[in-house]
Amino acid sequence: MGKKVLSESALERMQTEYNEWLAEYKQALQKMPERLGRFSTVSDLEIKPLYTPQDIEHKDFFEEIGFPGFYPFTRGVQSTMYRARLWTMRMFAGLGTSEDTNQRFHYLINHGETGLSTAFDFPTLMGYDTNSPLARGECGKCGVAIDTVEDMQRLFANINLEKVTTSMTINPPASIVWAMYIANAENEGYSRSKLGGTIQNDCLKEFIAQKTLMLPPEPSLRLVTDTVEFGTREVPRWNTISISGYHIREAGSTAVQELAFTIYDGITYVEEGIKRGLAVDDFAGRLSFFWNSHIDFFEEIAKMRASRRLWARLMKERFKAKDPRSMLMRFHTQTAGCSLTAQEPYNNIIRTTTEGLAAILGGTQSLHTNSLDEVYMIPSEEAVLIALRTQQILADETGVTNVIDPLAGSYFIEALTDKMEEEATEYIRKLDELGGMVRAIERDYPQMEIADAAYHFQQQVEAGEKLIIGVNKYASERRELEFVLKIDDTIEKMQVDRTNQFKEKRNKDRYRRAMDELRRRCEGPPSWENNVMPALIEAVRAGATEQECCDLYREVFGVYTDPGTF
Amino acid sequence: MEKGRKLRILVAKPGLDGHDRGARVIARAFRDAGFEVVYTGCHQTPEQIVSTAIQEDVDIIGLSILSGAHTYSFPRIMELLKESNAQDISVIGGGIFPLEDIPKLKEIGIKEIFEPGAKLQDITDWVTTNIQPRQAVALKAR
Repeated sequence: MGKKVLSESALERMQTEYNEWLAEYKQALQKMPERLGRFSTVSDLEIKPLYTPQDIEHKDFFEEIGFPGFYPFTRGVQSTMYRARLWTMRMFAGLGTSEDTNQRFHYLINHGETGLSTAFDFPTLMGYDTNSPLARGECGKCGVAIDTVEDMQRLFANINLEKVTTSMTINPPASIVWAMYIANAENEGYSRSKLGGTIQNDCLKEFIAQKTLMLPPEPSLRLVTDTVEFGTREVPRWNTISISGYHIREAGSTAVQELAFTIYDGITYVEEGIKRGLAVDDFAGRLSFFWNSHIDFFEEIAKMRASRRLWARLMKERFKAKDPRSMLMRFHTQTAGCSLTAQEPYNNIIRTTTEGLAAILGGTQSLHTNSLDEVYMIPSEEAVLIALRTQQILADETGVTNVIDPLAGSYFIEALTDKMEEEATEYIRKLDELGGMVRAIERDYPQMEIADAAYHFQQQVEAGEKLIIGVNKYASERRELEFVLKIDDTIEKMQVDRTNQFKEKRNKDRYRRAMDELRRRCEGPPSWENNVMPALIEAVRAGATEQECCDLYREVFGVYTDPGTF
Repeated sequence: MEKGRKLRILVAKPGLDGHDRGARVIARAFRDAGFEVVYTGCHQTPEQIVSTAIQEDVDIIGLSILSGAHTYSFPRIMELLKESNAQDISVIGGGIFPLEDIPKLKEIGIKEIFEPGAKLQDITDWVTTNIQPRQAVALKAR
């Protein structure tokens, strides 16, 4: 039996006084009824008018809340949290050419950003070079175009790769882009053992939500496990997967679905690592997570607190991890792109501020705050600076960083944290029953759960049950901002030309040998001897382009296309 | 022309953009409004979209795109429809477009562009009002 928050006699009095309050409340509503027929979160989770110690009467402080930096880490992954070190301010950036993006990186660093985060354009994300017919019209539009190790060099020019950590949002081609990053860093004189950063490398949520699709699930998992294995042995400061709820949420899921599906993806990656023969405590500490911070303030904080406790318990109980670092849910957060409006775009600053504050109170390790113009396209310098300044004001002016996990003990927050964990656990049970995430994806289960939630939310918006200022309340017309970034269509030809020139000057024998070795490893059974990473690093050094490596993957492993269900 | 035939609509996502929330939501709304809906998933080339539209004998194509690559894919789709003698298939678009691009898209024959915040009801009403089943027209054209 745990230690209860309240004694029996206190609970009795609580019940009596609660009943008195409830009678009074109901009477008052006779005169003026509640404003809404039903009060619920943005995820449509019903919220009561008042929470009291009764809502957390079962609570065992030591088992469930505890201390920051101690199991089950509900209050934070470090003992010091923001008293010692603020979260990493990491703005997702990528536009046009590698030179354009490098310039943006320097701009952000010069304005106080503390970590880098790279956005790639769609061809790069999907494993095509800029000269592919499938890439027409896409070059540099939604991120930076990276075809070769030379592009990687230009992207990180004059940035100290042993001092700055870099996150790269790249999934099916993650192994290749990471190989380019390592090859370039070593060319620049840095040591792979000192490189810190993250590749998103979360193939499962691609099938579920983000739809950057290339290979079927099983070989995708094999490649992810290759990177985990390689990172464990050779790049120990690297986060080899950023297990991402962000995109699941943007696709329309509820907060609980985001939590549950993402944690289950995490379970799957741990199982794959163990199947490869790795000890859980050797690699689990390098798994990181990525949450969305949506507009419903308390729901997000509760979700993040619940995520830490849930992951810690799973790692300890399900996977028998011993090292506390294996149990840490370390996560990046991005404010919710889908909560922003094209109407009255300046209001997006307010939304982002609220969501950023939730991420901080939720205990995030790094944060991207959306720019007010991200609803139209990738941000302009003017807008991104406001977004970065938003984090800095929250950090340095508001006082919210003075104290660790300030909302702990709130009857509402603790009850909502419990609710998140309970409902996510129910989904985890269901996914276990379905035979795991790959089977569930094949049955379209998480995809349809999300589609249902997205449609439900849209219907609520149309019925006026969920309000969006400027859209369905105080509706106004869209007008263009004075600073909207334009990506020049002519960079496509420039990028195609230089990738072609790069290919012409490579040593054809060395390139051929490297690609043969990569193919041999891909065709062989998964093992350290057949790990693709060493072969990829040699291949990109020998001049292989991203698409050439991806084409080889597609040939050996097959192609996955979107089934197009709705 | 058979009377009361259901409108057939192809919901398509051109290019490499994977943002399919809008496409899937609008596909459901069209279905709930009584249309026959074909949705081909993400990552369709203009060639695939036009070929599906013809094979499936649709009356209208709804293109959803959020990547900014509409400057290539929308004109290409209109060109291919013309080459296939299928200009009578109407085309509408939804997603994110710079304001200055919208008149240009209408000039090349895109019938309507629905921007962020457009109501599902308004979109389905627009289609019901403005689009007729094309069978009879198509026969005449051939």
